[in-house]
Amino acid sequence: MKIKIFYFARLKETLKYSTEDLELPDEPMTILKLKALLAKRSDVWGQMLMGKLKVRAAINHELVDDHAAINHGDEVAFFPPVTGG
Amino acid sequence: MTVRVQTEDFDAGFEISRLHKNRKDIGAVVSFIGLVRDLNDGDAVSQLTLEHYPGMTEKSLTSIINQAMARWSIKDALIIHRVGTLQPSDQIVLVAVSGAHRGEAFAACEFMMDYLKTEAPFWKKEVTPQGEHWVEAKSADDAARERWIK
Repeated sequence: MKIKIFYFARLKETLKYSTEDLELPDEPMTILKLKALLAKRSDVWGQMLMGKLKVRAAINHELVDDHAAINHGDEVAFFPPVTGG
Repeated sequence: MTVRVQTEDFDAGFEISRLHKNRKDIGAVVSFIGLVRDLNDGDAVSQLTLEHYPGMTEKSLTSIINQAMARWSIKDALIIHRVGTLQPSDQIVLVAVSGAHRGEAFAACEFMMDYLKTEAPFWKKEVTPQGEHWVEAKSADDAARERWIK
C-alpha cells in the first residue's frame, strides 16, 4: 500500500524531511509499527521517532495514538506535542 | 463560526464586533487574546516563529468550536491564529465567544483556548541570545485541558 507522510517542527528540521511518499508491504500497519520501521533508517530517525522525545501522530488530519491502523492512501503525520496559542 | 489561520495581524475589536453586530439575542461576548512576550522560561525572546500543519489546523480549530457549541448554549464563536514570524508584543491568537449569558461564554472561551493549546497543530520556535530553539509543550497545558474531561 502507498501512504504519504508529513513531518513537522523539530522532526522536520532534524530528519531533513518535510514529506515523503512511502510504499509499504500489504499487511496490517499501525502508527507504532510505522515508527519502528522508520526508526531503522538511522540513529537520528531512531532518536526522533522511538527515543525519549514525545512524538504525536495524525492520520488524515485526526490526532491518533500508537495503535491506530494505517490504510492505503492515508496521510500520516508525525510531530512534537503542539505549542500554539 | 469563523476559523482563520493567517500571517497578517488582526483587528480584535472589529472581529469581536462581528459576533454580535445586528443581533439582539446576545447578552455576553468573552474574548481572549494571546500575545508574544519578551521573556519565556527565563530566556529573553527577540523573535518567535509559528509553524502549522495546513489542512489539519483548520479542521482542528473547527472541531474545537463545534465541541464548545455542543457543550454550551453559545451563539457564535471565532478563532484567529497567526503563523510565520512574530515579535514581542505581537498578537498571536484571538478566541471569542458570544452567547445570551456570561457564564456559558466564559466557560466556552476557556475550554476553546485549553483545547487549542493541546490539540491544534501549531509549533513555536523562539529566537533568544543563546540561539533558536523549539518551545517545549507544558504539562500545565495538558492539566488545563483535563479539567474539561468528566
